[in-house]
Amino acid sequence: MDLQGFGTQLASGTWVTVQLALAAMACAIVLGLLGAGAKASPVAPLRWLGTFYTGTVRGLPELLVILLVYFGAARVLNAAAGALGHDGYVELSPFAAGVVALAFNYGAYMTEVFRGALATIPRGHIEAGQALGLGRRVIFRRIVLPQVWRVALPATGNIFLALLKDTALVSVIGLQDLMRETAIAVGYSKQPFTFYLAAAFIYLGLTALATAGIHLLERRTAHGMRTLQG
Amino acid sequence: MNWQVMIDSLPRLLEGAWLTLELVFVSGVLGLMLAVPMAMARVSHRLWLRVLPWLHIYFFRGTPLLVQIYLVYYGLGQFEAVRESLLWPYLREAYWCAIIAFTLNTSAYTAEILRGALQAVPGGEVEAARALGMRPGTVWRRILLPRAFRIALPAYSNEVILMLKGSALASTITLMDLTGVARTIIARTYTPLELFLAAGVLYVVLAFLILGGFRLLEHRLSRHLRA
Repeated sequence: MDLQGFGTQLASGTWVTVQLALAAMACAIVLGLLGAGAKASPVAPLRWLGTFYTGTVRGLPELLVILLVYFGAARVLNAAAGALGHDGYVELSPFAAGVVALAFNYGAYMTEVFRGALATIPRGHIEAGQALGLGRRVIFRRIVLPQVWRVALPATGNIFLALLKDTALVSVIGLQDLMRETAIAVGYSKQPFTFYLAAAFIYLGLTALATAGIHLLERRTAHGMRTLQG
Repeated sequence: MNWQVMIDSLPRLLEGAWLTLELVFVSGVLGLMLAVPMAMARVSHRLWLRVLPWLHIYFFRGTPLLVQIYLVYYGLGQFEAVRESLLWPYLREAYWCAIIAFTLNTSAYTAEILRGALQAVPGGEVEAARALGMRPGTVWRRILLPRAFRIALPAYSNEVILMLKGSALASTITLMDLTGVARTIIARTYTPLELFLAAGVLYVVLAFLILGGFRLLEHRLSRHLRA
């Protein structure tokens, strides 16, 4: 495939795509833990909030959420800045908007993953921790979280693959990611098929790498665990 | 919040929602028709039959839908042969490009769902059918495929919801679907928050309607399991 010297451009776009995916995933995991905590909470309004969050966000197109955050957040931010007596124009960068939008979106999926995983922790493990006199935070960090993580990992891997592909949508609001750099190369070369196919193969490479990484992580977290098949 | 602009744009948003539903329905039906033979080939014992659907599934599940849409809409025109073919009047249209890209994309996911379902059909049922003297074609038509469809239904409803959300990408190639209409009105009125929220509510309503339809279908298909 002849990339006519646009190789470095595509490489820099790929790097932006990778950074966006990792940053958004880290935020989505935190949001998912918070969401699962809210849904398992004894406080009813928190539970309703969690249910509303996962119920609506999972029905919204990712593209719509990205557009909503990018254009909508600017207005909310400016209103807030105005109320605080700041009189400049506040703008959200495409990268920040992409991280917020993708994290918000996939946080809802992560909430469901963690909720399911939390339900697999035997109540007795927590009681054992309490009997040992451990604090609530220590129980969560040392007993609950490591086990939840192991159960949640395969589903988390699937979600990361979906998120990785959805980063392409952030190019619509002008982020210089792989998709956008490819569009620029197409503009110069007038060879859309060649370049979009090249981009497709780079995304394939990224998903293959991610799959291998997830597999490694799964093997590490399953260390010392008995499984059904080898 | 400007409520008036939301109310005023409702008729046009509903028109967009109609196109969204049309895109999902047409490419859903075509995708299903493509997915059935692919899933059947995927569970074959012959390697050469398995390879082609595997490549298709690997490519379309491993790359972003946006790339696939651009490949069809912008990419095909790169070739002289395509531009001079009889199909060019269709391939030039954003509508057909969206249908083609969505169909190829959903067929890959649906084929994998069906493959899993086919492998979940109890082996004894196939043996029983053979013992009754059914030919392979009859076993597929009367036992394997109907059983697999029933098993695949819940997972397939998820796929249709994902398609509904993916269809918003049609707006990136100028189609006036729900997202496309919202974006055009915003370009004129500059009220992004209001219109994207209104479009979002309509998407959630559409998702509920589709899930309701699937629940009805599931209820009907499990008649024999209820007393």
